[in-house]
Amino acid sequence: MLEIRNLHAAIDGNEILKGINLTVKKGEIHAIMGPNGSGKSTLAKVLAGHPQYEVTAGEVIYEGRNLLEMPPDERAREGVFMAFQYPIEVPGVSNAQFLRLAYNEKRKHLSEDELDPLEFKDLLKERAKVVEMDASFMTRSVNEGFSGGEKKRNEILQMAVLEPKLAILDETDSGLDIDALRVVAGGVNKLLTPDNAIIVVTHYQRLLNYIVPDFVHVLSNGRIAREGGKELALELEARGYDWLKTSTQSGTESLNAAN
Amino acid sequence: MVTELAKTENNYQAAFRVARESNSTVPWLELVRSSAMDRFEQLGFPTVHGEEWKYTNLAPVAKESFAPAIRPSASAIDASQFVYPETAGAHLVVVNGFLSEQLSDKSNLENVVAIDLLSAVADARYNKIARAYLARNAGYHDNGLAALNTAFLQSGLFLWIPKNVRVEAPIQVTFLTDASEPYVASFPRLLVVAEENSSATLIETFVSTSDQQYFTNSVAEIVLREGARLEHYRMQRESNEAFHTSITSAELGRSSSYDTTSINLGGRLSRHDISVVLDHEGAECWVDGLYLVGTDQHTDTHSVIDHQQPHCNSHQLYKGILDGNGRAVFNGKIYVREGAQKTDAMQTNKNLLLSPQARVDTKPQLEIYADDVKCAHGAAVGQIDQEELFYLETRGINPELGRSLLTYGFAEEVIGKIKIDSIRAQLDEIVLRQLNTNLE
Repeated sequence: MLEIRNLHAAIDGNEILKGINLTVKKGEIHAIMGPNGSGKSTLAKVLAGHPQYEVTAGEVIYEGRNLLEMPPDERAREGVFMAFQYPIEVPGVSNAQFLRLAYNEKRKHLSEDELDPLEFKDLLKERAKVVEMDASFMTRSVNEGFSGGEKKRNEILQMAVLEPKLAILDETDSGLDIDALRVVAGGVNKLLTPDNAIIVVTHYQRLLNYIVPDFVHVLSNGRIAREGGKELALELEARGYDWLKTSTQSGTESLNAAN
Repeated sequence: MVTELAKTENNYQAAFRVARESNSTVPWLELVRSSAMDRFEQLGFPTVHGEEWKYTNLAPVAKESFAPAIRPSASAIDASQFVYPETAGAHLVVVNGFLSEQLSDKSNLENVVAIDLLSAVADARYNKIARAYLARNAGYHDNGLAALNTAFLQSGLFLWIPKNVRVEAPIQVTFLTDASEPYVASFPRLLVVAEENSSATLIETFVSTSDQQYFTNSVAEIVLREGARLEHYRMQRESNEAFHTSITSAELGRSSSYDTTSINLGGRLSRHDISVVLDHEGAECWVDGLYLVGTDQHTDTHSVIDHQQPHCNSHQLYKGILDGNGRAVFNGKIYVREGAQKTDAMQTNKNLLLSPQARVDTKPQLEIYADDVKCAHGAAVGQIDQEELFYLETRGINPELGRSLLTYGFAEEVIGKIKIDSIRAQLDEIVLRQLNTNLE
C-alpha cells in the first residue's frame, strides 16, 4: 500500500527527515515512536502533504502512485487520512456540513452519487457511534469550543466517515485522559479492516496498549533507529529514549532480532 | 469643479421648490424643510477633505445630475419578491421615498401605527410624537446628507409602537428604487418610536428594480422609550451601480434594548452612518454588521456609540469580506462621557481580504471620560488561514472550495445571530453564490 524510500524533508531549510524507509501493507498497524524532535510528526505531515515541508530527496509510492506529486486534497480523496495532533477549529461551519462536504467530495471523486443532507444525517448518526459522539456535536462549529478529548474524538469520527485506506494518527493520544483514550482507541480498532492500514505516531507506549501495532519503528534524529514488534514499545517504555541515543550506532539490530 | 458642484446644488434647489409645492405640510415641518435646504446649500455634499469622509469620495454623486424623485403614480411593480415570508401582512413598501399604500400590506399590523410621515404630522393623534422626534437625532445642521434628506421630506414612514404592545411578527419596510428612469435620487425617511415596554422586530431592506445608476440618501430615526425592545435588521441590497448613503440614529431610553444588524451587500458606493445614544441608565445595544464587497464596490460604515449615562452596555461586531478590488472603510467611535460609570463597551471589527487588490481602512476609536468602565476594542485584517485551509484539504476538500467554506464560516458569526430564518437562508445563499459555492 505504502512504500517510503529514502525520504528526506526540510522545513525552512532545516532538514528534519534524513532518509526514512518504511513499507506498510494492507491490514497492518505500524507505530512510529521517538523522542520529541525526532521527526515523527514531520513524517505524518509530509505524508498528508503539508505545504510548509519540502521533500528534498526520496520517494513515496502509495497504491502504485507517486504520493508526493498529489496535492493534499487529492491524497485525501484517494484514501489518505491524517488525524491531527492539534485539530483546527473552523468557526461558522457546522460539523455536519463539513463532514458531508468532505464525504461528497470523495464520492464525486469515485464517481459515486452524493448524499443529500437527510441521507447523510443517517450515515453520520451511524458513524458517530464508533466514537460515542453525541448528536449535539454535529450542529456545532467544527472543533470550536471542543475540549481536547472531543477534538480527538472528532478526528476519529471524520476517519469513520471518510473510511480511509491509510490513516495516519498524529499523537492522537496526547491530552487524552484514560477514558477518552479508551473511546478513541476503541473507535480506531473498529475501523480497522483487512483492506486498510494505520500508522500510529506516538511518543508514549500507552496508546499501543489499546491499538496494538504489528510493527514499531523508532525515529531518532530524522532516521529510523530501531524497528521491531510491539515488544519494542514496551522496552522503550521501560528504558526511555535516552537508551536509544547511546545505542543508535548499532543500527537495526532490533529489526534483525524481530525478524 | 466648484461651478459643477454649484450647478448640481441648483438642480436640487429647483427640485426642492417643486417638491415643497406639490407636497405641502404643516407649518413647522415646512420650516424644517426650508432650513434644511438652506443648510444643504451651505454645506453641500461631504468631501474627502473632511476627516469623516477621508476614504469615501462622494464627488461622483455631487457631479452627476441626479433628479430627485417625484411621487410615483400607481405602480405596476411587483414588490412581493422582496418580502420575507415571516413578514406577511406586516410589510410596508416605500417606492423612491414615497410610501405606497397599494404595495403595502398592513393586515397583520392592527396594534401599531404605520402611516405616511406627512399624514402623521397632520394627524392630531401623532403630531406631538412626530414633532418631538423628527429631525432630532439625525440633525441636519452639520450634516449635508441629513440636510438634503430632510429638505426632501415629502413622505416616508412613521412607525409607532404603543406602550406595552408586543409585536410578535417582524415588520418589514422595503425601500424600493424604481429605476425605470435613470439617475433618480430618492430620500427615504423613517421614524420609529417604540413606547414604554413595547417590543418589535423591524427589517429594513434597500432594493431596486434594475441595475441603473441611482442615488439613495436615506435617514432612519429610532426612539426607544423606557423598557422598549427593538430588534432591527438592515439589508442593503442596492444595485451594484447605485450610490447609497444612509443614516441610522437611535436614542435609547432607560433599560431599553436595541439589537441591530446591518448587512451591506450592494451599491457601487455605500456609506452607512449609525449612531446610538445611550442617554438613560440601564440601556443596552448590539450594533453588528457584515459587509461583503467585490470588484468596483466601495462600502463605508461609520458608527458612533455614545455612552452618556451609567450602567449601559454596548456590543459591536462588524465583519467585512472583500474580494477583487473591493474597498471598505470601518470607523467606529465609542464615547464614554463623564459620569457614565459602569459602562461596558465592546467593539470588534474583523476583515477578510480574499484578493491582494482588496483594501480596507479600519479605525476603532475609544474616548473615555469616566474611570470605572470596562471597554475593549480591536480591529483585524487578515487573509484565509493556511493551516485551516490545509486541514480542509486533508479531508478531500479542494482549495477553492475550502476557501469558500472558510469565508462562509467567517460571515456566519454575524449571519448566525440573525433570528429570522429566511434572512439567514438568503444571506447564506448570497455569500455562497458570491463565492461560487453551493453547500446544499
